Amino acid sequence: MRSAPQPVVLHSLGAGGSAPDGAWRWAARLLAVTVLVPLAVILGSWLSVDPAVWSHLGGTILPRLLVNTAWLVAGVAVGTLLIGVSLAWLTTMCEFPGRRVLDWALMLPFALPAYVLAFVFVGVLDFAGPVQSGLRSLFGLPPAWSFEVRNTFGVIAVMTLVLYPYVYMLARVSFLGQGPSAYEAGRSLGLGPWAAFLRVSLPMARPGIVAGLSLALMEALADFGAVSVFNFDTFTTAIYKSWFGFFDLQSAAQLASILLTLVLVALVVERRFRDRARFAQTGRGGQRRIRLHGARAWAASAVGWGVLFLAFVAPVTQLMIWAWEVFGDLDRRYVDLFLHTLSLGVMAGLLTVIAAFVLAYANRYHGDTSTRISVRVGTLGYALPGSVLAVGVMLSLTWIDNRIADGVAWLTGEDGGLLLSGTVFALLMAYFARFLAVAYGPVDSGLEGIRPSVRDAARSLGSGQWETVWRVYLPMLRPGLLTAGLLVLVDVMKEMPATLLLRPFGWDTLAVRIFELTSEGEWERAALPAVALLLVGLVPVILLVRRSAR
Amino acid sequence: MLRIVFSLAVVVSLLMPVGAVSADEVVVYSARKEHLIKPLFDRFTNETGIEVRYVTDKAGPLLQRLKAEGKRTPADVLMTVDAGNLWHAAENGVLASIDSPVLTANVPSHLRDRDGRWFGLSERARTIVYNTERVDPSELSTYEDLADPKWKGRLCLRTSKKVYNQSLVATLIARLGEEKTEEIVRGWVANLAAAPFSNDTKTMEAVAAGQCDVAIVNTYYFGRLEKKDPDINLALFWPNQSTSGVHINVSGAGVTRYAKHPENAQKLLEWLSSPAAQSDFAGLNAEYPVNPDVEPTPQVQAWGSFKADKLNVAEAGRLQADAIRLMDRAGYR
Repeated sequence: MRSAPQPVVLHSLGAGGSAPDGAWRWAARLLAVTVLVPLAVILGSWLSVDPAVWSHLGGTILPRLLVNTAWLVAGVAVGTLLIGVSLAWLTTMCEFPGRRVLDWALMLPFALPAYVLAFVFVGVLDFAGPVQSGLRSLFGLPPAWSFEVRNTFGVIAVMTLVLYPYVYMLARVSFLGQGPSAYEAGRSLGLGPWAAFLRVSLPMARPGIVAGLSLALMEALADFGAVSVFNFDTFTTAIYKSWFGFFDLQSAAQLASILLTLVLVALVVERRFRDRARFAQTGRGGQRRIRLHGARAWAASAVGWGVLFLAFVAPVTQLMIWAWEVFGDLDRRYVDLFLHTLSLGVMAGLLTVIAAFVLAYANRYHGDTSTRISVRVGTLGYALPGSVLAVGVMLSLTWIDNRIADGVAWLTGEDGGLLLSGTVFALLMAYFARFLAVAYGPVDSGLEGIRPSVRDAARSLGSGQWETVWRVYLPMLRPGLLTAGLLVLVDVMKEMPATLLLRPFGWDTLAVRIFELTSEGEWERAALPAVALLLVGLVPVILLVRRSAR
Repeated sequence: MLRIVFSLAVVVSLLMPVGAVSADEVVVYSARKEHLIKPLFDRFTNETGIEVRYVTDKAGPLLQRLKAEGKRTPADVLMTVDAGNLWHAAENGVLASIDSPVLTANVPSHLRDRDGRWFGLSERARTIVYNTERVDPSELSTYEDLADPKWKGRLCLRTSKKVYNQSLVATLIARLGEEKTEEIVRGWVANLAAAPFSNDTKTMEAVAAGQCDVAIVNTYYFGRLEKKDPDINLALFWPNQSTSGVHINVSGAGVTRYAKHPENAQKLLEWLSSPAAQSDFAGLNAEYPVNPDVEPTPQVQAWGSFKADKLNVAEAGRLQADAIRLMDRAGYR
């Protein structure tokens, strides 16, 4: 799937079956297997099929769901690309008023869970909300006057505002890696500013942009929380209906595996169509940015602040107001909630980023077909709805756990009970399987930007295998690694279904608290843990910003 | 970096609860939310010395977890909302039959499983709410009547994906048969003033704002809105008083088949059904106590008394899948 490094490099390394190759490949396989096991449980559902559920769904709701899903995916793709790429370009390559703040502030909406933004959006803008009520009384409109927000457009708008940061962050890393020199070279060869952007900068950033886009689309496809606030039925609705309505986990898993297959096909096709060309960063360009003047500068500024306002400032203000009203809910337990949320996020973040690096590095420099398959499998977990993957992890772990306990009982004559279930280990497994894809995107696209000759240079200067990784690659990959760590950290903190199903007794997190309140419709009360979650999420964002500031 | 990982791992393993099963505890898997059960668990521990450990999630995943853990499950009690969920748990064989004279005395027979696998602990009424400025209560009569064309453009409903509506339709099927019920549900859909809402509160807010005139909701959601705004322009109506009665559902619990502390589990359920616990168990959420000796809270009493449907709530579970299929056919989202 990756075009191979130049043959010259291969020869100079004398590649092919050497000891380090083997070690990297086995590491990659091992990582993939950890993700494959829960996926296999889901795929195993096809061993028997209940035609009744299928014919019912196919005959009633499925056609509508597929149309809805197609609209959602198309809308979110266009929306996140437009917003994410253009803002990343503006904040990395141009200079305009407010750029310094927007550069990091535009990542903030990522800390807001999609279902929370959806709820705020519907709460504020629907018929009974303050905006429409206010307009009616302000302009003396008839009591029935209204506009509909719980529709396809509304869902797409909310999902776009929540998911554009994936594209923004990954495109930003790519543009930062390019530096302005490539664009300037294009310009000096006679291309206009738009042509230089479209024909030089954009293709060079494609791996990063596509990585961000695929994360955004996978999340949109697998989302259940936000769409259910809109009562907008997508493919996941059928999955949940099978499970929670018909209590037929098997059909639910079958539907989920179709989703998985679609994502896999889409990713493979994208690779096929991607230019064979490889781009590598030419070293960090200097500080030269394209200075925007006059109306252009203000337009750039307005777009940036506008997006930030809609995606973050306005909803967070509303959340703060709600949170203030229930401030009395804040008690000592929040200390524990904070600690659990943060420690789970940090542990999962470190684990997945290390694994993503091993996977990406192995694939790029020591890979064979098995490594490519490992990458494919290892990064599939994100395409499944969270609950389905969580139950896959739970089923496989409990099965293993029961076999271990059987063994122990057989050896010692005493039943020691389950060892892994209900421990932090089980939970980390689930996070790992779900979020490895999230970490892989930024790490791999960062790696793509490093010229293979760098590695040769390091080796020819006498640097060993590990030293090259440690002293050359890790420092050069810093923006990618930090972005990966941040994405996973924040994603884990927002994660709900796996945390609910697999957490040890007493290990409640802020997301669990949000669930407790929203499951019976107390959304306004959930604003307090939501704001708390936001605050915890801001810490890593700010950390990343300070680290990656140039 | 590795050092950080290792030290974190050490911290975690220290924080991890020791797997040892202590004698004086009871472990609960609960789909009823924490702030409605924790105060009671704390009181139970105070009175009996038995520690309650619990974990919350949705009913579906909890049931799956119980099944997967099998005979080694740590759970002693499964607690959920909606009889449909309890019925499915019993069908899946994860609940034990218990023979408790206390529970059979405290919980009326239509609110518990015939084989003692689960018991309702609070009763929830799903009734009609109307806008007091736009509806004369004499216009209202039954759930079925909301399908009448006179309600065209005046009805709001919560999504059919919520189990409460599935149970309501399931009891209609039990009483009227599929054909008649489908006609009614199609009538509801034709009368909708807005696309179905994601929850009862949003539905009621739409009624209050005048987007529609009537809706079907659980009373405790109304109780919550009423507490926030005592002058709200909404009121409850008890339908089907001359026929089947108001649709009711339960939140309830059962002892798991492989409970490690079955005596404690039974003790907990018996205590929860006792007068001492019932007023809090129901009162914390403005629900109705199942124990007939216990009065609901003054706020709930003020809504008036009504004739409730005496059909065993387990029927809702048995017919749930039929109800979902019917609503899908009728285009009720």
